[in-house]
Amino acid sequence: MDCGADSAGLKVAGMSNERLIQIERDILYKNNRIASENRARFLADDLLVFNLVSGPGAGKTSLLVRAVSELRRRRPVGVIEGDQQTSNDAYRIRATGAPAIQINTGKACHLDAAMVAQAFHRLPPLSGGILFIENVGNLVCPAGFDLGEACKIVVFSTAEGEDKPLKYPDMFAASSLMLINKIDLAPILEFDLAKTIEYARRINPKIEVLTISARTGDGFAALYAWIREQGAHHRHSVEDAMR
Amino acid sequence: MHEIALCEAIIEIVEEEARWRSFSKVRTVFVEIGALSHVAPEAMKFCFPAVVAGTIADGAALEIVELPGAAWCMACSRSVEIAQRYWACPCCGSYQLQVRAGEEMRVKELEVD
Repeated sequence: MDCGADSAGLKVAGMSNERLIQIERDILYKNNRIASENRARFLADDLLVFNLVSGPGAGKTSLLVRAVSELRRRRPVGVIEGDQQTSNDAYRIRATGAPAIQINTGKACHLDAAMVAQAFHRLPPLSGGILFIENVGNLVCPAGFDLGEACKIVVFSTAEGEDKPLKYPDMFAASSLMLINKIDLAPILEFDLAKTIEYARRINPKIEVLTISARTGDGFAALYAWIREQGAHHRHSVEDAMR
Repeated sequence: MHEIALCEAIIEIVEEEARWRSFSKVRTVFVEIGALSHVAPEAMKFCFPAVVAGTIADGAALEIVELPGAAWCMACSRSVEIAQRYWACPCCGSYQLQVRAGEEMRVKELEVD
């Protein structure tokens, strides 16, 4: 009920303008709308997009440097780098010959869909290729922000302790793949792989798991096979969308 | 502190509503937050006054209605209430749970002048 709204902005004595307005809107609806636009754009370009998330120091950039330099022999690969400050990560990616755009979030602790849309416009065409978005190193905030990616990949290193999935459940719940990096250090750290997987699947029974070492290259062939598989799923959804 | 970004998103929604519903002051913002969403209600309440300062919602109260989390247990085929993602099924102890409710983050209604 609207008791007192008046276009002249006048207040009538004894009548309150106070009223209740129903909204029922998702707090992140604007981000989600831009993410949907990004996703449509990526589909139209037949571009496979992954959102890489992890705590700081899990090895996202090192694994990307290796993966990008190997994957780009066959198809276009680009990277969007998110960090609070510096362009160090973009420089490391560009050294492989692949294009990389750095986003500095300043005070913000995560990338959002609008930042990715802007950065994407500055990349050269990547049709039929792969775009990696390296999110800000933070296992909390990026979990809730859809960027338009095909899926999230959570990177986690053996030095971080087996119970990380229990401590930061939102991120493991939001991710399709858990990449366990620095697996070459597992014997020194007495890292318990089975326990880690058990914890991760308590949070997300469907999460897939691969072990890699960005330093030695161990496990990357399986990662590329997984990416090819995602590409096949992705093409099916492109075909479905066009039908 | 992504609660700051979420409060900014709330203000954008409020300002959009103000443009076409013609109100000039917001007294209370009611939001619904699910137990399994990635929001800490205390953190949201803490940063809300600072984020709304100087906006149409300057001085407005933030009322958070917390919604329970619910999941479908694939092992015992029933709907169960869970307060955390790492919970096991309270009935059978299985972790094969599919979250069905509790991820909400909604602006529900506004009390305005």
